[in-house]
Amino acid sequence: MTDDAAPDGDDTTTLTLEAFADTIVPGEKRGPDDVAIAGAAPGPGAVQAGALELLGMFAPGISEALDGYAQGVNEHALGYARERGLDLDAALPPFVALSYADRAALVRTLTTPGHPEKDFWVLLALFCNMAYDTAAHMHTTDALAAGHPGLTAMGFMPPDADGLWRFGAFSYGRELASIHPDTTSTGSPS
Amino acid sequence: MSSPERADVIVIGSGFGGAIAAYHLAAGGAKVVVLERGPWVKTDEFEHDFLLGSSYTRVFDFVVGDGMSLLGGNCVGGGSVVYFATMPRAPRFVFERKGSIGRRMWPAAIDRDSLEPWYDRVAEALPVRRQGWDVVTYSGGVFAAACDHAGRTANPAPTAIDNDLCTNCNWMMSGCRFDAKRSLLLNYLPAAVAHGAQIRPLHEVQYLSRTDDGGYQVHYNVIDEEDYRVTAGSGTLEAKIVVMAAGAGATPVILQRSEPHLGEMPHAVGRYFSGNGERLNTAVLNEDKVAEVLGLSRPDGPAYGASQIGKGPCVASWDNLDGSLPEYDRFSLEQLYFPPGLGTILAQTPTADGRTWFGPEKKEMLRRWQSWLTIFTMSEDDNEGVFGPPPATGNSVRISQQMLGRGNLGYVPTANTLHGWEISDAEAKRVMEKDGLATVLPWTNDLVGAYTVHPLASCRIGDDPGTSALDDRHELRGHPGVFVTDGSAVPGALTVNPALTIAALAERSIPGIVRALRDRGVDVGYGAPAPDGDTAARDAVLPLVRDLVRE
Ligand SMILES: Cc1cc2nc3c(=O)[nH]c(=O)nc-3n(C[C@H](O)[C@H](O)[C@H](O)COP(=O)(O)OP(=O)(O)OC[C@H]3O[C@@H](n4cnc5c(N)ncnc54)[C@H](O)[C@@H]3O)c2cc1C
Ligand code: SF4
Repeated sequence: MTDDAAPDGDDTTTLTLEAFADTIVPGEKRGPDDVAIAGAAPGPGAVQAGALELLGMFAPGISEALDGYAQGVNEHALGYARERGLDLDAALPPFVALSYADRAALVRTLTTPGHPEKDFWVLLALFCNMAYDTAAHMHTTDALAAGHPGLTAMGFMPPDADGLWRFGAFSYGRELASIHPDTTSTGSPS
Repeated sequence: MSSPERADVIVIGSGFGGAIAAYHLAAGGAKVVVLERGPWVKTDEFEHDFLLGSSYTRVFDFVVGDGMSLLGGNCVGGGSVVYFATMPRAPRFVFERKGSIGRRMWPAAIDRDSLEPWYDRVAEALPVRRQGWDVVTYSGGVFAAACDHAGRTANPAPTAIDNDLCTNCNWMMSGCRFDAKRSLLLNYLPAAVAHGAQIRPLHEVQYLSRTDDGGYQVHYNVIDEEDYRVTAGSGTLEAKIVVMAAGAGATPVILQRSEPHLGEMPHAVGRYFSGNGERLNTAVLNEDKVAEVLGLSRPDGPAYGASQIGKGPCVASWDNLDGSLPEYDRFSLEQLYFPPGLGTILAQTPTADGRTWFGPEKKEMLRRWQSWLTIFTMSEDDNEGVFGPPPATGNSVRISQQMLGRGNLGYVPTANTLHGWEISDAEAKRVMEKDGLATVLPWTNDLVGAYTVHPLASCRIGDDPGTSALDDRHELRGHPGVFVTDGSAVPGALTVNPALTIAALAERSIPGIVRALRDRGVDVGYGAPAPDGDTAARDAVLPLVRDLVRE
């Protein structure tokens, strides 16, 4: 960022939501100036996996609420910092200005049973997670072909040439335990 | 205004309870219309794709409640389209359970022996088969070997899968692209259509009211095929008999909404809900130990590393299904697969100061995803679920275009339920952590409460009008001509996968519905063979219902 005024509007929302997504599945910074990603884990995280694209899609049903989400978590971040006497960098949205540990502690509070806004924050966390471990904003075949960070890191195996999955080898092929002595002729418990 | 269209029977929902009723009643000669809120998806439309809007989200329903979230089907075929097709019969002791009411909760007329011929009917129809070790997947095998190592037995579970067609793709929850999974789309439903039943997809029933002549009006909304939040129209149908089979998460909600029109509902409508005592643990296996301790190996690659490969649950361990144990001490353990997303977010991993479902440690756990093994518990809960006031439409306030909604089921687990979860968690941990095989933690209940793919008992059969909404013929007390044949009719947790028991009860209820139709002047008989024409199981039940058989 070139000037030191707090970013506003779209910037704030994007930075804040990126920081939230990065709290759920953390990744490495995209560059030295990356403030949204805290750099709490090696390899790309939810942001690189496409969290903002997924949240912006119409299908999840929260695209209209994203500014509200950003505003909400920033307000909570201010309160969090105030309670702990933390000095936040005024050039950044308050949630972005928190360290990873503080972001994580705040997200934990917001998603713990008893918090009045729990459902709201769980929903956001759910979709951030899905950007990484499901790539729900892409055709799965495209995601794999493009080396999607989450599916690739998980070792999700690719399909056959026609885009469908088949596993010819799937079984150890031998008896691995004694069956229950009371099993009936239908294979059910008695 | 023209008068509403009339049928003999309207069936609400096209899962097990609905499809079985639709087939037998249509085959017996009744005019049957099936209203199903979800789309009718054909085999070649079942996609291997996690993209939102693909068949995965079109056919699936996920309703977050207060303390309990429900997962189920939302399409023609209902839960059978998304299910894993593991089909055991319920153990004998289940029918003797007392649960929260302190006396036997099943009707006196039903026990394992008396249900056996009806189980046989379903087993012949789908069909359901006993399985051998040759079709047990790596994940089932590793679980079986771990059970054996820990002194337990383990069984290849009976399934409704055609192994010759199955590719072990593990896309069960998106619908089976290869027609290997014996869903209702391959048997009861096409047979019902062949006998003249009409199936109307994207028709969501909202409530029932009475007609002047003792029948019922069924009021529905037409749902947009892409954005399920959007209503594209509405209408009314009339019938002499209504068969409710919208599933245990929806049937009681429709009845609650009907109360102002039909009059007081039995106390047990929307109460006594059971989540089948479900609980999940994720084990992250140590590949070296799998080789060393269990002596397992695959030709190329790690000893296991195959969480993605398979067909849902293949192996179950039934040592704790012992009728001599006290109630709430009995449970089964089953190996399971859930795809990423639903199957990953709730999984927990240890941290320096506890456990977590997100953050760097979770990311590291995800990196080892191919070494995950999910262990599924089905235990005895206390029927403690209660539905709050119904939402404006359907059974939830839909959040996303498809799949995700917020419902009104409240569930606060009792000490008995928590005990079942605790002892089964401990056993899963003992088995899977023995000799360093794996690290095991249960899924968190903090995010969406407990969860179940087996909703049951929210409108149950019984002998006692105070604690059961239906009599032992599945007729709604005080509302003659309304029958409930889905999972909501099952009295309580079954300790095993429920679909075969739901289906067997539905089969058993048909003669009673035929009688009710005849009492209303409809010329209908009982005695259709299995959908593909097999007759052995049909012939075995005919002596029980001689008076209904038309020569
Ligand atoms: C992922 C998953 C895996 C499973 N695996 C297994 C397994 O391996 N073995 C097993 O035994 N069980 C399994 N189950 C459970 C099994 O699918 C259910 O127990 C079974 O389908 C319940 O049958 P049902 O007739 O009660 O209702 P459902 O099959 O749920 O059918 C209800 C139907 O009613 C429709 N409906 C709802 N509301 C309305 C309305 N207002 N108007 C019109 N239609 C409506 C729904 O869309 C649905 O199609 C699984 C479930 C899930 C979700
Ligand atoms: S694993 Fe087998 S039964 Fe399941 S969806 Fe794939 S092919 Fe069908």
